[in-house]
Amino acid sequence: MTSRDVADRDTVHGSARDRRRARRHGRQRTWPAFWVFVGPFLAGLILFTFVPIVWSAVLSFFDAHNTVTPTRFVGLANYVDMLTNSDFLASLGTFSVFAVFIVPTTVAISLGLALLVHRLRFARAFFRSVFFLPAACSYVVAALIWKLSIFNGVRFGLANTVLGLFGIDQVPWLSSASPPWYWVALVTLRLWLQVGFYMVLFLAGLQRIPGELYEAAYVDGAKPGWQVFRYITLPQLRATTVAVVLLNLIAAYQAFDEFYNLMSSARGYPPFARPPLVYLYFTALGQGQDFGHGSAGAVILALLIGIVTVLQGKLFGFGRRD
Amino acid sequence: MDGPHAVGYARSARGRVGAIARYTALVVAALLFLLPFYLLVRNGLGSDAEITAPDWTFFPTTLHWGNIGELFADPSVPMAHSLLNSGLVSVVQTIGQVALSSMAGYGLARIPFRYSNGVLAAIVATLMIPAAVTFVPTFVVVSSLGWVSTLRGLIVPGLFSGFTAFLFRQYFLSFPKELEEAARVDGLGHWGAYWRIVVPNSTGFIAAIGVITFLGSWNAFLWPLVIGQDSSSWTVQVALSSFMTAQTINLHELFVAAAVSILPLLLVFVFLQRYLVQGVAESGIKG
Repeated sequence: MTSRDVADRDTVHGSARDRRRARRHGRQRTWPAFWVFVGPFLAGLILFTFVPIVWSAVLSFFDAHNTVTPTRFVGLANYVDMLTNSDFLASLGTFSVFAVFIVPTTVAISLGLALLVHRLRFARAFFRSVFFLPAACSYVVAALIWKLSIFNGVRFGLANTVLGLFGIDQVPWLSSASPPWYWVALVTLRLWLQVGFYMVLFLAGLQRIPGELYEAAYVDGAKPGWQVFRYITLPQLRATTVAVVLLNLIAAYQAFDEFYNLMSSARGYPPFARPPLVYLYFTALGQGQDFGHGSAGAVILALLIGIVTVLQGKLFGFGRRD
Repeated sequence: MDGPHAVGYARSARGRVGAIARYTALVVAALLFLLPFYLLVRNGLGSDAEITAPDWTFFPTTLHWGNIGELFADPSVPMAHSLLNSGLVSVVQTIGQVALSSMAGYGLARIPFRYSNGVLAAIVATLMIPAAVTFVPTFVVVSSLGWVSTLRGLIVPGLFSGFTAFLFRQYFLSFPKELEEAARVDGLGHWGAYWRIVVPNSTGFIAAIGVITFLGSWNAFLWPLVIGQDSSSWTVQVALSSFMTAQTINLHELFVAAAVSILPLLLVFVFLQRYLVQGVAESGIKG
């Protein structure tokens, strides 16, 4: 629907002059309709996204303990503090370790499951549903099961029960900093919850591969199995794989729920294993309510992820479709 | 759903061995994936003595259905109220977000306006910054409005998703124009075309976005934790988290509470899985 169509319809019975005028003004006359449709959404987006970002950028230059209307300007001091704060830098380190564990395993397992499920003749929908089912579970519920049942550090925990069968001593999965067994719980939890989700993305990617490619490979004598996978399937899944890696990385960057629920105890959160959002949560909303440093941290984190997103757009083209 | 490439490979003896290996691997993987659900039921319907027994009991000898009643009768645990909060938040957020985003998406895709591209650019810019990173700034604004520990504070900031609006715009760009033009000829304005033609013909897409929004809303934790500072405004996720760390209630109650909390989503999963899968494929990721 162009502005010309609108003008024409409105003036079917008008004179030629009216029509010309209407045509000239048609572009302006659609603005009320535009704002009826877009206005309510945009107003909310401004109030709850743009205003917070701007306010927060302002706060990041102030000393803002327990107040959101501070008066003491401190310049870049909050940024300098954050970038030299060993806890903040450690939180970026925790994210990096998490990403190194979670990204390759997620890609490998979700691709593996997709390949297994994709060619099934029987019970395909059943297996797809089973692997996708954990996506309906919240991180809180998963953390509850992981913490109090599977990786419970006492004898009745499932993991320790199984280890006990092999004569291995109980492992304090979540309470010790070294060795950092807590990574086993954190990584398996996220894998369980999200692998089915990425499997669905890979399945969609597999369905888009034209069948002729496989027929041609067969005619050309490519060996079924590894050769076909290496030279047909994998290159064709390149765009999906890139998307899965990036989505996964951005999701890991924002990890909060499972860390908070697995690691904290009645005594509070331990000083280790704090990813960026957990660190930010305790800085800005903990006892100190330090909004100045909290805002500076949020700005730094947003800039870091913004850079990654822009690079992604530059490298792989904007949009998430294959 | 077999790809044509299955032809030629699958009929050989090698193919049969491969199929057996594949099904074996799948069954083992499926059992691993179902294990946490088994633990949820085993512990939720067991007694504490069975859960903490030194020898693993595979299943409670008698199912303690009474655990559910005990949970809701426990005055120290605001379970019913948290479920109610979660239900309200998720339903209102789903309906509100779909309505606001689909209208905005329609306006951007179909109504000519001089600054339309500028508005779109502003919306796309918000996609660069994930919502979770902005929880501190958003808390600053919401607390200035005096909305801490209120349903408004839980619901309203989650109504406006640039990502959902963008998805709707992309979808409406590919909506057949002929249908709308027929409506215009019949004298419907933009609102009439949207409400009587576009929405009724987009129910599949709307359902996909709605289901995935509901899922995200019900399972959300960080924002409800930040804003729900007293127990009257807890969602079920915050309630579970708090029971877990405080450990004021016993194990079987904790597990039965977790099991109850996932029931609504299991229903969604069983009856609306088609839309959920479509929504995942459509949006890549939500939130």
